[in-house]
Amino acid sequence: MKRTRLAYPYIFVWMPLFIVAPMLFVAYYAFFDNGTFTTEYVKQVFSSTTYLPALWNSIWIALATTAVCLLAGYPVAYILSNMKKRTAALLSILFIMPMWMNMLLRTLAWKIILYDDGIVATVLSWFGATNVQLIYTPGAVLIATIYDFLPFMILPIYTTLIKIDRSHIEAAHDLGANGLNTFLRVVLPQSVPGIISGITMVFVPAMSTFAVSTMLGGKKIVLFGQLIEEKFLINKSFGVGSTLSLVLIILVIISMVIMRRADRDEGREGGTLW
Amino acid sequence: MKKLVSLLLAAAMLALVVPVFTGCSSDKTLNLLNWGDYLEPSLKDEFKRRTGITIKEKVVTSNEEMMIQLQADDCPYDLCIPSDYAIERMIGEGRLAKIDFSSLKNYGNIGEAYRNLAYDPTNEYSVPYTWGVLGVLYNKTMVDESDLGHWNILWNEKYSQEIYMYDSVRDAMAAALIYCGYDINTDNADEIKRAADALIEQKPLVKAYLTDDVKDSMIQGSGALALVYSGDAVWCMQENEDLGFFVPEEGSNIYFDSIVITATSSKKEMAEQFIDFLLEPEIAAKNIEFIGYSSANTKVLDILGEEWANNTAYNIPEEIVKKSVIYRDLGDKIDIYNAQWDRIFK
Repeated sequence: MKRTRLAYPYIFVWMPLFIVAPMLFVAYYAFFDNGTFTTEYVKQVFSSTTYLPALWNSIWIALATTAVCLLAGYPVAYILSNMKKRTAALLSILFIMPMWMNMLLRTLAWKIILYDDGIVATVLSWFGATNVQLIYTPGAVLIATIYDFLPFMILPIYTTLIKIDRSHIEAAHDLGANGLNTFLRVVLPQSVPGIISGITMVFVPAMSTFAVSTMLGGKKIVLFGQLIEEKFLINKSFGVGSTLSLVLIILVIISMVIMRRADRDEGREGGTLW
Repeated sequence: MKKLVSLLLAAAMLALVVPVFTGCSSDKTLNLLNWGDYLEPSLKDEFKRRTGITIKEKVVTSNEEMMIQLQADDCPYDLCIPSDYAIERMIGEGRLAKIDFSSLKNYGNIGEAYRNLAYDPTNEYSVPYTWGVLGVLYNKTMVDESDLGHWNILWNEKYSQEIYMYDSVRDAMAAALIYCGYDINTDNADEIKRAADALIEQKPLVKAYLTDDVKDSMIQGSGALALVYSGDAVWCMQENEDLGFFVPEEGSNIYFDSIVITATSSKKEMAEQFIDFLLEPEIAAKNIEFIGYSSANTKVLDILGEEWANNTAYNIPEEIVKKSVIYRDLGDKIDIYNAQWDRIFK
């Protein structure tokens, strides 16, 4: 008897019902109109210049989020990994704790913070900066997205960093490498799987996010996910909505393949989370 | 043994999933598809106390969303409160059940003016709930009185970044269409395009495109102008005395929100009981006091008194009503609007 049997419910019930079937529906609605094959929706999506700006918005928000999360998250993970086990465990809980709360609630909190008479605007006004528009700007969307996804960057990097054999670092020191050199040539290369895992876990969901920009963007910036939501819920245009979803799915698959390849080229068994 | 475990797990998963689809079918529950802040909360308790029937509300922010919900063959909702043009579409699509008006003891309270309206000409499917007009909510401390009165105030550069637009195709386009001098039900592609151009031109002045959030933002004084329904204006003006409301002279949209029973409902009689309950003068007055929209119930104003009678956003003057146009269902032509609407946000 193999352990893999335990995965059967997932493979035969969950996956077909909640992953494969919805994808097939999406593909069906994108290419069929009342049962007849059509490329109308694909043409509509690719011939119009209306949808591309939203895609571009999503891509740059996702890229910027990933970059900031990496730049801010790596040092945090590094510091955590060098702490005593108990302190690190305690601190990492602090980073995970916000995730116990619903993401929409956390976004709502940002709305209050960034509001016209919110705390940020109040503090800024003490320094003479009045009438600063914070909410309903791309910046507001970016800040909240970074905040939402930061833990997803810190954790995989942290788990790879603590797995690095301490003796490698000691050996580097013994052989005369200074702190910076040890980091660049011993620690950083060994943490690449964690970085890649972190980038994937931030970039992919950030690409398709829409709730944050709906709540904080005031439609002054429209993301691709928002457009899809609107096509389905407001315009009742399942064909265009599905085609847009397919575009997003394909982009996500491409970016995951690139990440995977980078991971494999690194050729190490990493402490990736997935 | 392992096989058994995996089978059990599979069964458990299914068991988890199935109730999700059937969970709402309890006998003494009515599912109501409604707008936010659109039913005085204590009325649900009162109705339950009298009849034992629980009202479960699901809130949406647009007529378009309501129409989609009702299109599902297994639509779980018994009651819905859509606006005129959505009702017209729903009737055409066969999504609504005919109401047994003889069971509505309080139907006589509905004013003659609100019966047999264009969206339900034979008066068989809908019972008027509220009505109102589209207009401009403004903050008296930020807006010059001399600028009031016309739609062009929403295009006035003086109020750059102080304007909230309503994030709904028909309403925002209606303001733009009238501003450009066209009919709000036009299906002329050129006219629709020109109205969208006007909204694109307006975009740099707009602080945000919102729906229900407009109310909070205006109450907190963080904007000078907002495109709102008169009912929302009443609500906001109660919360913040600095706010005023006007309907532009060029005319506007008049809307009627009515209660309908879905064709898929298996609890028609219970639904009618609830409608009749809402038509009771005391109940209707309590409800209106909360939601702020003008009532189609003629007894309500007597109960609410003078303050409400003098509020022009609630007791909307006859001459404004005369100049206001009802939305018609545009059928497939709405696609022209949607395509132009998308152009604004790219």
